Amino acid sequence: MPGNKTDAIDVRNAVKRYGDFTALKRISLTIKDNEFFTLLGPSGCGKTTLLRMIAGFEDVTEGEILLYGDEIESLPPHQRPVNTVFQNYALFPHLTILDNVAFGLEMRGKSKAAARKRAGEMLELVQLSQFAARKPSQLSGGQQQRVALARALAPQPKVLLLDEPLSALDLKLRKAMQLELKHLQRETGITFIFVTHDQEEALTMSDRIAVMSAGEMQQLGTPTEIYEQPRNMFVADFIGETNLLEVSVDQVMNGRALCHLGGGHALTCNSVEGIGEGAKVHMSVRPERLFMSDVPVETESLKGRVAENIFVGTDISTLVDLAEGPQFIVRTSNSDRGNKRIFEPGSEIFVNMELGAGRLLMD
Amino acid sequence: MAAGAASGGSARADTYKDARGWLLLPSWAVLGIFVLGPVCMMLIYSFLTKEFRGGVIWEFSLAAYDQFFFDRGLFGDEPPSIEWTYITIFWRSIWQAGAATLLSLLIGFPTAYFIATRPENVRPVWVFLITIPYWVNLLIRTVSMKFLLRDQGPLNDFLIGTGLIDSPIHIVNTNFAVQLGLFYSYLPFMVLPVYAAVERYNFSLSEAAADLYASKWTTLRRIVLPAVKPGVVAGCILVFVPSMGSFLAPDLLGGAKNFMIGSLIEEQFKGNAGNWPFGAAASMILLTMVLIILMFSARQQAKADKTEG
Repeated sequence: MPGNKTDAIDVRNAVKRYGDFTALKRISLTIKDNEFFTLLGPSGCGKTTLLRMIAGFEDVTEGEILLYGDEIESLPPHQRPVNTVFQNYALFPHLTILDNVAFGLEMRGKSKAAARKRAGEMLELVQLSQFAARKPSQLSGGQQQRVALARALAPQPKVLLLDEPLSALDLKLRKAMQLELKHLQRETGITFIFVTHDQEEALTMSDRIAVMSAGEMQQLGTPTEIYEQPRNMFVADFIGETNLLEVSVDQVMNGRALCHLGGGHALTCNSVEGIGEGAKVHMSVRPERLFMSDVPVETESLKGRVAENIFVGTDISTLVDLAEGPQFIVRTSNSDRGNKRIFEPGSEIFVNMELGAGRLLMD
Repeated sequence: MAAGAASGGSARADTYKDARGWLLLPSWAVLGIFVLGPVCMMLIYSFLTKEFRGGVIWEFSLAAYDQFFFDRGLFGDEPPSIEWTYITIFWRSIWQAGAATLLSLLIGFPTAYFIATRPENVRPVWVFLITIPYWVNLLIRTVSMKFLLRDQGPLNDFLIGTGLIDSPIHIVNTNFAVQLGLFYSYLPFMVLPVYAAVERYNFSLSEAAADLYASKWTTLRRIVLPAVKPGVVAGCILVFVPSMGSFLAPDLLGGAKNFMIGSLIEEQFKGNAGNWPFGAAASMILLTMVLIILMFSARQQAKADKTEG
């Protein structure tokens, strides 16, 4: 099947095996032109393997990879018009910053002078012009990171691959770089494929996210979709914080499900495709979509006792031991204190779900 | 570390500094006895007068150096002209040692690279295998090499057997045989330092180069070689210097026509026919030449590093 010329990357049934171990189990995904796409998952989930397969550092055991419609899986790395920002930056220690950035341009046949001129412009873009004559070892981690970025962007790749490039930076610098990366992506119009294990980073930067685990894709969607409509237990648990309840499904209708807890307490929540009546599954509800009251607001309100209040700056997390279920986290924003009440530890209270906050999950 | 502690300036740091001076004594002693001592002895002997049955007379003389550089005829009464015999031997030694070094680099570098890219647990096995032949005495190895290379030896038999050649190739008693012998004598001195350097090399730099459109060959030339250069330079020095002064391989494989400086020096101290001051003078000239070559290469390298920056 010919590829679509307008899709940046098309991965078709890609499998990667190392001996008996299968690192990637038949992954298919399409990355659109000019998209900030993130591969998100815990370490060992196969996200870096997939990125390295696109770059050409790993063979594809089975399947195809297309770049703007052309098959590239059999090309060696130096013939693929993609560039990589490496996790450890991999700057050439014996070359100056300017020559590091000029390297790819020279390799593509530019004269030394032309390559250096363009490299100078790239350094300006990442605000490192004054360091052009230095060696990589004379720069800080954050500066090296920006050099690696400039070096990878200089040859104007069709797709830029970023392998956890921010993981070595401290929190503040990382936040700043997240924004800078997003701006660079918009400015250059180059498709970015970003690999990270940091869900917050993924949610902040991406147009779309592929959540991966154990060599399989768990869910593909926009940050909002991934956060608000997780497809299964893994995604709900990995992205953000969530409360889980074991429920039995009594009835499914129009995307809503009527369930009950072990003790018989009835609940309604959103269902997902593939869950039928009689199923024993988990229901997830985000802590910020819960609120507390001293009297039951409705029949579905869950009885509990406040265990602890934890102040975390912008909001307060309250741990509630449910009478019929595990411990729940209820998050109350400090700006919302007018509408929502906080109770002292030991108080007998009721936990209430906002409308449509609860959601059934596939295992 | 010691210097850092001493700069603290406290009383404890001062005693530490004193102790450090005493602890260095053994190294100074070794350097004095085994390096400085022999060199001084050679230097003094080269300016003494020769005794006819070997040994020296303690009388200052420039005769040894004069004999090395100038020809004054059979009876020493003609006006001096340049003596080319020893200069030629010298020049041949440099050339042969250089060729042997190049040969060990061409074979040793890929070998070291191969070992360094094996899985970590099998690398020591490969290093061990490389060193095994060197458990055998150098003399025996060199004689074996002569046996392998001679006209009726296994190599020529094999080549004739396969029909590649009709008559044996004369290898023994040529310059090439000496180069092969030197190469084989000192190969591990090339492989080991290069291996150590390649093992430390960060291979993600090669990936980065490939990612930036550099072919394998370009990556080797522009990224790998500069990174492992210290190991390569060390290997070249460790092969070149002993090759220059070697006498076993030239004697056994080169024959009389391919005499090297090591054999010349050896002869001056052997039996009763020798000339100790002349041997000492030749040694001093060899030492000076090697130092000049090393300093020159060090300066070239510093210059190259500068222009690269």
